[in-house]
Amino acid sequence: MSDEYDNNKSYQAQSSEVLDGSAGSINPDMDYVRPAEIPEQDLYHAHSFIEKWIFCQDAKVIGVQYFLTAVFTGIVGLILSWLMRLQLGFPELAGFMTAEHYYQFVTMHGMIMVVYFLTALFLGGFGNYLIPLMVGARDMVFPYVNMLSFWMFFVAVAVLMASFFVPGGPTGAGWTLYPPQTILEGTPGSGTGILLMLISLSLFVIGFTMGGLNYMITILQARTRGMTLMRMPLTVWGIFTATVLAMLAFPALLVSAIMMTLDKVLQTSFFMPTILKAGEVLEYGGGSPILFQHLFWFFGHPEVYIVALPAFGIVSDLISVHARKNIFGYRMMVWAIVGIGGLSFFVWAHHMYVSGMNPWFGFFFATTTLIIAVPTAMKVYNWILTLWRGNIRINTVMLWCLGFIVTFVNGGITGIFLGNVSVDVPLSDTYFVVAHFHMVMGIAPLMVIMGAVYHWFPLVAGKMLSETLGKWHFWITFLGAYSIYFPMHYLGFIGVPRRYFEMYDSPYMTSTVGMNEFISVAAFIVGAAQFILVFNIIKTLKTGKKAEQNPWKANSLEWYTSTVPPEHGNFGERLPVVHRWPYDFSVPGAKDDFIPQTTAPSEVANTEVEKT
Amino acid sequence: MSEQKIDGFELKPGFKGMASDTGSDQTMFKGVHWGKAMMWIFLLSDTFVFSCFLISYMKGRGSTIVDWPNTSEVFSLHVGGVPVPLLLIAIMTFVLITSSGTMALAVKYGYEKNRKMCGWLILATAVGGLTFVGMQVFEWSKLIHEGVRPWGNPFGAAQFGSFFFMITGFHGFHVSIGVIFLFIYTYKVFAGHYESKKRGWFTKMKGDYVEIEILGLYWHFVDLVWVFIFAFFYLW
Repeated sequence: MSDEYDNNKSYQAQSSEVLDGSAGSINPDMDYVRPAEIPEQDLYHAHSFIEKWIFCQDAKVIGVQYFLTAVFTGIVGLILSWLMRLQLGFPELAGFMTAEHYYQFVTMHGMIMVVYFLTALFLGGFGNYLIPLMVGARDMVFPYVNMLSFWMFFVAVAVLMASFFVPGGPTGAGWTLYPPQTILEGTPGSGTGILLMLISLSLFVIGFTMGGLNYMITILQARTRGMTLMRMPLTVWGIFTATVLAMLAFPALLVSAIMMTLDKVLQTSFFMPTILKAGEVLEYGGGSPILFQHLFWFFGHPEVYIVALPAFGIVSDLISVHARKNIFGYRMMVWAIVGIGGLSFFVWAHHMYVSGMNPWFGFFFATTTLIIAVPTAMKVYNWILTLWRGNIRINTVMLWCLGFIVTFVNGGITGIFLGNVSVDVPLSDTYFVVAHFHMVMGIAPLMVIMGAVYHWFPLVAGKMLSETLGKWHFWITFLGAYSIYFPMHYLGFIGVPRRYFEMYDSPYMTSTVGMNEFISVAAFIVGAAQFILVFNIIKTLKTGKKAEQNPWKANSLEWYTSTVPPEHGNFGERLPVVHRWPYDFSVPGAKDDFIPQTTAPSEVANTEVEKT
Repeated sequence: MSEQKIDGFELKPGFKGMASDTGSDQTMFKGVHWGKAMMWIFLLSDTFVFSCFLISYMKGRGSTIVDWPNTSEVFSLHVGGVPVPLLLIAIMTFVLITSSGTMALAVKYGYEKNRKMCGWLILATAVGGLTFVGMQVFEWSKLIHEGVRPWGNPFGAAQFGSFFFMITGFHGFHVSIGVIFLFIYTYKVFAGHYESKKRGWFTKMKGDYVEIEILGLYWHFVDLVWVFIFAFFYLW
């Protein structure tokens, strides 16, 4: 759609100046780019330490702030999972832990990892850092609101963490917070804990809305000259679609949080049916617990794709760069992302097959669920076809990408099992489900995050992370993760229920002891292995070797900033002008095996480059 | 279809033209101010919030075991001893919709750089919004006086009070936020900040009359939401 620029030939691009200052030959006809439509952005530069590093309006600093806060909560979530595995594998060592503690750890682990770790990391962290750089903008379009977004998230995390220290502790209702038991006495943290959780979620939604508006408008309205929608890196497409999902799905979470808060505080009965407790009728009556499940999963299922779509986008870019090959079927990839995003709003009730809803409803949602496998499978094929006959570099980043593909396919296939009502019903609430969702939306996106950290660290910090440590980190994590979750599939098949503190006198108790011990040991090792990355980052910051500009020889704009790491305003005097997609790798006839997006067509006139 | 120009960008006719304009470089919505695009998308998100509230209300009202209160009695005002249903609510709706009209005029005069008229009309809008909130306070206190509480009421299903206070409260909160901003913008317009390009207190950004239109979008949205609340609570 970019080849019909017949009119307005009065303005011509001077792209070679932008790239490196060398004067290339400019061919006005070939190199035509539309004149600028948007005025230069008015940026507020920081004047003090506080404005520069704390209440900062620069999206890159905000991205790093989001990243560090999310990683902090992620480490809390990791420690909680260790405690759970200690109880499940070695209950005799976990004498300090009561069943109530265990439920609280399960709940907080789930909520932290899904919302405060993965969502914040992908959209807040990578989104803030990469969107303006990749689309060629000076900053997010509303820097002040962006700053507020981070601090709102920070307060949400603080409120969440505070719930560990209130009387009764955090809520132990499971991360899905199903009423009525969530706010009834007897559930751990049904007093202050659940209130803080609901407040924290509401704050998160408000903060995210501020950020999400920024991401969307920056991508839609602030791209640089020549950056058409179909020339954007897939990372941007993934983050963009995930943001759209979040803007439409988080309202359901906000509403259910508000309604449950009122049920808790004002004794309303939105979700509370008539309840008999010890022979006494409680004040509640007439509400619908299923309504909460619908609202929650209307948020909850898109949430899965809010985490997965940025991962899809980022991994596409990483694979393309490190296999030195253009992404296979770029447009198909874009439409698959958009299609998955759209479909994700029509599958939510597959989380509710055992809730007692009408079987025809389940039939409908099983169908939509299986349809969503089609665009997803297309993406997997395209990643593999990108690798096929590529000039693959087996470095740390590529290892994480390969690990992602394998893990994602694994989790995706078990998803097809669970999408069918008749298969799902016996497997509901077993460890099979735990294994499925950890594979598909836990480990797989995490692998992309790791790959992305190794890939973009040279840009953020200007230094190269150690490859040796990186490979150790990868192999321990990859093999360890499979040691954890493969046995869990088996546990699920023999019927071990999830979320149980212990197996009591059931037959599972004796037959699964060895396996639970094995899983727990693997979990301890994998968790500890993540600190290799922390060590790697600290060591690299102190003594690491300085990264050259664009160490991976990538094409996208973030590597072509005026300085590395990029400063406020990103691109120096003039914004770059884009002439192509970011995937021109190994083009026959080209001097190098990559052609940056800023290279004008006349500079590569004799190559077999595709028109994009 | 004739060719159209927006800010020097030539739009091409037909579906293919629309697709190529949408996917073209720099901006998707040609000539649309960033803040305006942001407000539209925020309103889309907010629509989902209110939809979730109203759908929950329909579900809650549809599945209560106790009868729903007779709304034309509960919401009626007694004028000279005669109950007049929908009286207060008709006045409230009239005031709010009128304030949408003054808002639209304020936007028009803003773009015409008629500072005085623009300022007075924003002030009128703010006063209209404030009157609406005031009448809502009156209605709430009347209902509370009659024994309606979020957790129960003497007229029927307990969910009536729950949904009523929650949803009208959430809408009233939106109106109140709007009123606060309307007063701020009244000040900014009368003080001539848009002419002098004075930078904002917090954002440090220069303002423009387009901000009036952006606030107007929000105000019309709040108004539109009220129409739905009116229909679902008072007419159902």
